[in-house]
Amino acid sequence: MKVLVAVKRVIDYNVKVRVKSDQSDVDLNNVKMAVNPFCEIAIEEAVRMKEAGTAEEVVAVSIGPKVCQEQLRTALALGADRAILVETDDELQPLTIAKLLKAVYEKEEPGLVILGKQSIDADNNQTGQMFAALAGLPQGTGASKVSIDGDKVTVTREVDGGLQTVALKAPAVVTTDLRLNEPRYASLPNIMKAKKKQLDVMSPSDLGVEVKQTFKTLKVEPPPERKGGIKVETVDELVDKLKNEAKVI
Amino acid sequence: MSILVVAEHDNSKLNQVTLHVIAAAKEMGGDVDVLVAGKDCGAVAEAASKADGVAKVRCADADCYGHQLAENMALLIAELGKDYKHVLGAHSTSGKNFMPRVAALLDVAMISDIIAVESEDTFKRPIYAGNAIATVQSTDGIKVVTVRHTAFDAVAAEGGSASVEAVDAAHDAEISEFVDEELVKLDRPELSAAKVVVSGGRGMGSGENFKILDGIADKLGAAMGASRAAVDAGYVPNDMQVGQTGKIVAPELYIAIGISGAIQHLAGMKDSKVIVAINKDEDAPIFQVADYGLVADLFKAVPELEEKLNEVL
Ligand SMILES: Cc1cc2nc3c(=O)[nH]c(=O)nc-3n(C[C@H](O)[C@H](O)[C@H](O)COP(=O)(O)OP(=O)(O)OC[C@H]3O[C@@H](n4cnc5c(N)ncnc54)[C@H](O)[C@@H]3O)c2cc1C
Ligand SMILES: Nc1ncnc2c1ncn2[C@@H]1O[C@H](COP(=O)(O)O)[C@@H](O)[C@H]1O
Repeated sequence: MKVLVAVKRVIDYNVKVRVKSDQSDVDLNNVKMAVNPFCEIAIEEAVRMKEAGTAEEVVAVSIGPKVCQEQLRTALALGADRAILVETDDELQPLTIAKLLKAVYEKEEPGLVILGKQSIDADNNQTGQMFAALAGLPQGTGASKVSIDGDKVTVTREVDGGLQTVALKAPAVVTTDLRLNEPRYASLPNIMKAKKKQLDVMSPSDLGVEVKQTFKTLKVEPPPERKGGIKVETVDELVDKLKNEAKVI
Repeated sequence: MSILVVAEHDNSKLNQVTLHVIAAAKEMGGDVDVLVAGKDCGAVAEAASKADGVAKVRCADADCYGHQLAENMALLIAELGKDYKHVLGAHSTSGKNFMPRVAALLDVAMISDIIAVESEDTFKRPIYAGNAIATVQSTDGIKVVTVRHTAFDAVAAEGGSASVEAVDAAHDAEISEFVDEELVKLDRPELSAAKVVVSGGRGMGSGENFKILDGIADKLGAAMGASRAAVDAGYVPNDMQVGQTGKIVAPELYIAIGISGAIQHLAGMKDSKVIVAINKDEDAPIFQVADYGLVADLFKAVPELEEKLNEVL
């Protein structure tokens, strides 16, 4: 089957963001950007399916400004066969992204769509589920194991109480959790080869989707600071503080 | 118009997080109805009807909701949700699973993981692993929202007397099936509800070594948590992961042992009232959020702590 993988460009996970002084947003100037870590896991899973012979083609798709091509090139270097950028400079909200993904899905007709469970910037945890609902597809979210047998996709999900396994009828949607796999690094030759792979660019209007915003961010503030604590020298002192100062034991 | 809260439960018991979601709903203003969808879930509906501030409980009892499959749940909630101004769920793995589907079916945005209600259409939510707090205003007719339960005090579990009404709507999308589940047996309080949490990280060194935390956890009546590194290494199961992409906790006391304090971990615990860190590296970032930091080898400090707690408690 063909596998479509959704790849988001986000701030690198090691960067601690700062809020802009006018409270309009966080400051992304000169900040290192990367593929969302959950999307790396999604790419890895698709590429492994191709290596195992379950997938014939892996197509990576990203939605956003032109610079998202960088993350698509990374996906290509990691083993995706071709890429699609839905290019727009407009503010994107998950419902619109889901609608754009649905339009790409209808063009590409993959048997499986893999997304990250969560983007580490907006922490939404929505897009895969929204897309699945719009396309009328079943979903396995927070996957730690995926296996494919004909048109049956079996997904083990990480849930609050432990693990849950569901069986989905393909075409299906999977969102990745941390333990699904350990993504590889792109090798230099593969980075070079990726430059020549096909990357198609289209616009939301090409896909017949209107980019809409139905919520506004009024302000972005830093979280309340925790007051600095103290170092204790001994376990005795620790227990004394917890009992007599903090009164929590 | 009123608010619909989707109850979290396992068909026999109402999960406490629902009481926190009801509290958030009350801040939005309007009558609060609770939807209990499951199979043989009458006892849950009964429990929900006693919660403080509930106007009406709607109970959809059918095979297809037995395992809360998102495909089926979303069809039901979206159908009922059309008549409400807000539809709320917990930001738990089940709420995260079906609520975005509900929003998409209603063609509205979803606001995830709110920590404060500013007005009926404006909410605060953490972004960037809690390193920023966004205030967002929704312009949709129906607001679909998930709630971070630790940010709202629970309503009382008893005292209410809402009516229970059966909802006769069995939506089976027939595209997904439950296969099985491996639920971790808890002989300790649940992580998300515990007053005290003891968490171990990669510094624990092995799953076997996690046992040395049992003594203090028993003594303090604590739930046990972990960092991602400890889960990835296979020391402990996934449901113990605290953090940006795991569970969010805010107990009275959080004790981090052998955890460095990466931003993704802090995102899940830095709203705890009192934080204790035990780490042998005095520069570990966890000390920046710890009220009480002890620079020590955990294999020495933990047994000592257990002994001391046995003396004073
Ligand atoms: C997309 C993404 C999502 C993530 N989500 C989460 C999440 O939800 N939760 C989470 O926790 N992490 C998450 N992480 C991982 C996070 O970035 C860190 O890698 C992780 O928290 C580190 O775990 P740790 O502190 O146990 O391990 P380490 O960083 O390796 O720290 C181990 C600590 O133990 C101390 N130590 C070692 N031996 C001893 C000893 N004998 N006595 C005392 N101290 C000792 C060391 O000094 C060190 O500080 C995520 C990362 C990514 C990229
Ligand atoms: N702009 C985007 N382009 C491509 N994929 C996206 C985009 N936004 C979100 N996604 C996908 O949806 C997942 C979950 O994102 P979110 O719902 O924002 O937490 C991500 O890991 C991606 O796989």
